[in-house]
Order: sequence, then structure tokens, then C-alpha cells
Amino acid sequence: MQRGLDSETKKQLEEEEKKIISEERWYLDLPELKEKESFIIEEQSFLLCEDLLYGRMSFRGFNPEVEKLMLQMNAKNKAEEVEEETVELDVSDEEMARRYETLVGTIGKKFAKKRDRANYEEDENGDIKPIKTKKMFLKPQD
Amino acid sequence: MAEAAALVAESLAGYRARAARAVLEQVVLPGEELLLPGQEDGEGPGSAGERPLRLNAGARSGGRVVCGPGLRRCGDRLLVTKCGRLRHKEPGSGNGGGVYWVDSQQKRYVPVKGDHVIGIVTAKSGDIFKVDVGGSEPASLSYLSFEGATKRNRPNVQVGDLIYGQFVVANKDMEPEMVCIDSCGRANGMGVIGQDGLLFKVTLGLIRRLLAPDCEILQEVGKLYPLEIVFGMNGRIWVKAKTIQQTLILANILEACEHMTADQRKQIFSRLAES
Repeated sequence: MQRGLDSETKKQLEEEEKKIISEERWYLDLPELKEKESFIIEEQSFLLCEDLLYGRMSFRGFNPEVEKLMLQMNAKNKAEEVEEETVELDVSDEEMARRYETLVGTIGKKFAKKRDRANYEEDENGDIKPIKTKKMFLKPQD
Repeated sequence: MAEAAALVAESLAGYRARAARAVLEQVVLPGEELLLPGQEDGEGPGSAGERPLRLNAGARSGGRVVCGPGLRRCGDRLLVTKCGRLRHKEPGSGNGGGVYWVDSQQKRYVPVKGDHVIGIVTAKSGDIFKVDVGGSEPASLSYLSFEGATKRNRPNVQVGDLIYGQFVVANKDMEPEMVCIDSCGRANGMGVIGQDGLLFKVTLGLIRRLLAPDCEILQEVGKLYPLEIVFGMNGRIWVKAKTIQQTLILANILEACEHMTADQRKQIFSRLAES
């Protein structure tokens, strides 16, 4: 019958196993190098160096959304006060027509069923044209 | 330039590095080594032979120093890699020793992470667009990186469109990637740039000058007539005004600004304001 080992012998055996394992492991026999804490950081970006303004700009109300953006983004960089000149401009008819032409297509495509989406795919090259007439069941006359 | 050449010859001949503080706002040439403020003590004319490296004493006084474009870290010193004027900015919040960089001039853009650039869509392959930003490789732009884009709701981007976006990945080992969305998912003015207008190229230094907070050129230009401008850090500017003639005048002014003095500029603006 195999007797259980004593706790002491168990410990000794474990220690010996650990010794063998750690001796088998490789290690570099060099003196410990001091970690040089580099206090110089390299950065290739100009954003840290100079406070640059936001890249999109609009003057005298040409594009109201961009003017709003300018205020927003430059306020983050603590810019000077910007005079508020709200000049109301009408969107030209051409632009409205153009926007709606593509908008109807893209929104319509979102709600179209899978079969109907094929009708949109054909016109992918130019603007997306609206959906063609659905094929309904035609009852025979007889 | 003769003065700068003489200085360089002296420093190269003696292999003496100069203190960065002494060279601020002066022209530096590639290959020069600059000492940071904490290291100037041991570099007097007497110690020509041995120069022990001091890591501890000098380091802690300056805190973390950032070396910006045109400079590289070389041991404990800064090595200049581009020719231009050395600039320094004190740290605002007090942590760190400030930023040093070289204000150089070049036309060729190298993609840098975080830069906002104007790109031209050159190809549409599967899920990504290939965008030409003026670097060595076209950047890739995924169709999901637009505001409100989902797999079913694709953005309306065609080949030849202008895109204003920023880089998320830009290093020398990988293809640059850009997005038209910020970290919160909002567009913030990025995305496809609208119809009409004119795109032209200028040097990178001019862009940075124009985008400086106290730029007079832009203030004067803004008084002429209603217009819209987009600046890309890759040297590209897109302008749009009500008529073609106004757009062309604007483009010519911005291109010529590079080489004009302030007086010449004022003359031109006053002539334009009259007509």
C-alpha cells in the first residue's frame, strides 16, 4: 500500500522540482542595467507645437453651418470674440433640387424591401433615381 | 546665411553641441546637436576631453520635453534633422519642459496622425475608398467612418469627390488610414466637401502661417466678399465664392501671399477693395 508522503518530504520534493525547473530556464548573465527614464518624447505632429485654428472657414455668411462650427471649434482653443453677423441667405433652387433628388433615393432605399432594392442598384453610377413601378398581378380577362 | 554657415562650421569643427536656449529663433542645420537646459553645465570650453553623461541632475529639472517635427532624440540631446528656425513653446499647464521644433519649409506632405487633410477619392473598392492625400501612398477611408453611416445607409461618395478628414493611423510602416468622424462619432465639419469651388496646392509652411491664431491675411481676405475656405494640412486649399472670378482672385492671393511682404499685400488688398 502506498503511504502518503509527509508534509515535510512533500515540501522538499516541491522545492527540488522548482530548483530543477528554474535552473533549466535561460537567463542573461549581465549586470542589471539601470532603466534610463527618457524624458524626451518624440512627436511628429504640429498640433502640439502651434495652436492652429480649425481648417474650415467661412466669411460673411457664405456657409452658416461652417460659421457655427468655427465658433464651436475655436472656442475650444480659447479664440478671441467673433462678431456675430447672421446674414440670411436663401438656398438656391438648383441646390435644393439636387439635394432632394439624391435624398429621395437614399431614404427610399432604406425602407425598400429586398426585391425592390434591386431597382435602385441599376442607377448606382449616376444619382440614385426613385423606385420603378412594382409588378402587380394582372388578372386574365377571360 | 553666411553668419549661420560660420556658426555651423565652428560647431562642427569643435564637435561642440550648443544649448537649445541659445539658438532659439535662429536657423539650425541638420546634424547639429542641441543641449537641453539641464545639461549646459558640463559643456564649458574647459572640458574638451571627458564629458560624463548626466542623467539624473539635469533630467528632473526640465520635466518631460517634447521634441517636435524636425528634431530627433539622440541620447540626452536633440538632433536636428531639418533646416529651419528653432522654436520653443512653454508648457501651458506646467507639466513638462515645453516643446521644441524646427519651423521648416517643404512642399511634400508626410502623413501624420491627427492632421486634418483634404483628399481626393481615387478608387472605390468594396468597403473602402482610396483617397489621395499627397503622400507616398493613398490613404484608405472606410465607408463606415462617416457620421450616421451604417451598413445599409452608405454615404454618397463618388470617385473624384473631395474629402476633409483626419488621420487615425499614419506611420512609416503602415498604409495611412483616415476617417471623417471624431472620437465621439460626430462629423465636426469633416466629410465630403460640397460642389464647385477650386482646389489648389501651396507649401506646408504657408498653411501653418495662415492657420495661426493672429493671421492678418485671413482677416483681410474675409472682409472682401462672402467666401468659404477649407485648409488641409497636406498643402491643399479649397476655396469657393459666389462667382468664378472672385474664386480665382482668392486663389491667386493665397498663392502669392507666400512671397509678398506685408506692404505689398496691403497694396493689393486696397486695390481690390476699390474695384
